[in-house]
Amino acid sequence: MGMLVAFAWSEFFQQVVFGLAQGAVYGSLGLAIVLIYRTTRIVNFAQGEMAMFTTFICWSLTTNHGMSFWPAFFVTLGIAFLLGVGIERVVIRQFEHASHLTVILVTIALFVIFNGLAGWIWSPEQRAFLGPFSAKPFNIGGVAISRQDVGVIVVTLMSVILLWAFFRFTKLGLAMRAAAIGPDPSRLLGVRVGWMYALGWGFAAALGAVSGMMVAPIVFLSPTMMQAVLIYAFAAAVLGGIESPVGAMVGGLMLGVGTTLLGAYVDFVTGELELPVAFTVLVLVLLFRPAGLFGRVVVRRV
Amino acid sequence: MRIALRVVGYGLLAAAIVLLPFTLGEFRVTQFTYVGVFAIALMGLSILTGITGQISLGHGGFMAVGAYVTAILSVNHDVPDLLTIPLGGLVAGVVGFLFGFPALRLAGVYLALATFALAVIVPSVASAAGSFTGGTAGILLDLPTSPIGRLTPDKWLYFVTWGIAAALFVLALIFLRGKRGRALRAVRESELAAVSSGISLANYKTLAFGVSAFYAGIAGSLYAILNFIVTPGTFPVTLSILLLAGLVIGGAGSLLGVLAGAAFVEFLPLYAGDVLRPVINAGQRLGFPVNDVDPTTPGVPSVVYGAILLIVLIAMPNGAAGLVRRVGALTKQVYSRQNPSESRVTP
Repeated sequence: MGMLVAFAWSEFFQQVVFGLAQGAVYGSLGLAIVLIYRTTRIVNFAQGEMAMFTTFICWSLTTNHGMSFWPAFFVTLGIAFLLGVGIERVVIRQFEHASHLTVILVTIALFVIFNGLAGWIWSPEQRAFLGPFSAKPFNIGGVAISRQDVGVIVVTLMSVILLWAFFRFTKLGLAMRAAAIGPDPSRLLGVRVGWMYALGWGFAAALGAVSGMMVAPIVFLSPTMMQAVLIYAFAAAVLGGIESPVGAMVGGLMLGVGTTLLGAYVDFVTGELELPVAFTVLVLVLLFRPAGLFGRVVVRRV
Repeated sequence: MRIALRVVGYGLLAAAIVLLPFTLGEFRVTQFTYVGVFAIALMGLSILTGITGQISLGHGGFMAVGAYVTAILSVNHDVPDLLTIPLGGLVAGVVGFLFGFPALRLAGVYLALATFALAVIVPSVASAAGSFTGGTAGILLDLPTSPIGRLTPDKWLYFVTWGIAAALFVLALIFLRGKRGRALRAVRESELAAVSSGISLANYKTLAFGVSAFYAGIAGSLYAILNFIVTPGTFPVTLSILLLAGLVIGGAGSLLGVLAGAAFVEFLPLYAGDVLRPVINAGQRLGFPVNDVDPTTPGVPSVVYGAILLIVLIAMPNGAAGLVRRVGALTKQVYSRQNPSESRVTP
């Protein structure tokens, strides 16, 4: 009953905006997972750790090399892209014909390596990560809305829209889509399928880097910062049907708003329980709609 | 002949395990006790992943359930700690059985995600349910004591652990005999063929999850007694990952593989950094400009461990067929005694 007394619309809107910001981060990392799944049929458990690693690079660029945030942001995106391409070319392609269990273990090995590397290079302690947005809130109609939250939403949505435009309007994007849908016919048409896969990994790594750099000011920078985010991102991807980019984004936003509101208005859902609650919702969705909210049901012919 | 050889082999192995603690210092004995604990967990994982073909990235979560049962019962309810071990196994088994139901709908990738989420979530539930589990501070157990004057507590726990491991190994052999064992393997090889032969996927998958989690729960209970403190951080996600990696590297399905995997899980995090030293020395001798690395730097062991895992995966001879096939081949050698002449059809 306490929640009814304390209820105020302005606070509710603040929570929703905060939830949307969190959800945009989950959604963009989820989208990175979907991107790799669509191109190479691999669920990349290392996606979060790659994002964390590149976020550390951004931190290092601003702290040790005197760059300001936005130049460091774009340099980091480039590094992340090359990192993704490199991982696909050097490691993942060795396992092109391996079973999915083997490939899952490969991405887990990458998870452990990046986690260790970050601890090795930058030490495992938590650090403050200064984002580009000031903490001062906007004031819209009596509702104070955090600049930080709005900034996160705008930056992630812009990256997602840019990526969509790339796939929709460029020849390279078309070739990448073709390689994902029909590798063999694409080869016959002169598409270098292996490199298209590598580019897919590169874009996914860059998108993951965006999510890492956007969430780091909120969760602090540390080698474990993306692990919970990764679970939400998986949940977002699965909610959306693991193949659907729009689904992953919508799934992420739903999860972000849902868990934030639960945490704010339901007494027993403390910070630690948001993740289990989100997971339970996910399992329920999978039980009743195994293909996710946006996925197509694949009918298998027996 | 074959059976006689096998009996001799098991006998020698048992003798080696019994004699080992008398040749080692107390600290080493405890390390080998942990190897026994992980061997129990890996036997369970081997039943689920190796035999039935269901991946689990969440066995650390089941271990945590067993550990908390032991901690709560022995500290808050004064139950003797050894009596809590079967209870820890049973509670974890029930949790595993229930987890098997949603897992029924999930195959491959989704199952990996769901079990991974389990590994992430159990620690956060444990720290949220503070009144029950002691929150982030955890529960401190009594120091283990030995009822036999001649044995130190460390050696006593060593024998308790390995005794339970031996009993559970025999139990696994019995469990996997005959129709049930064949049905579980059929689920791994082809769900479609299994269903067509009248095997209920629901029954056998949930059964495999339950039994597997029972083993993990017992391992968790023993872990709690050995570690004498249980906190949400005792069973991190990395433990679940290490268990699966240990199973793959050791080779599930054979007892030696499980023991090797368990030794891997225990010793690799401790010594991974040291592996670097010979590598660096060799590099320097060959004239590469390699810098010395302090192996105790945080993160270094993880990097080495991940690299070893990658190398093993790349070097696996039947990389294409993957874990299951490889596990299957080993399984056939050890568990299927009824048909020793069984050979794989080669095209």
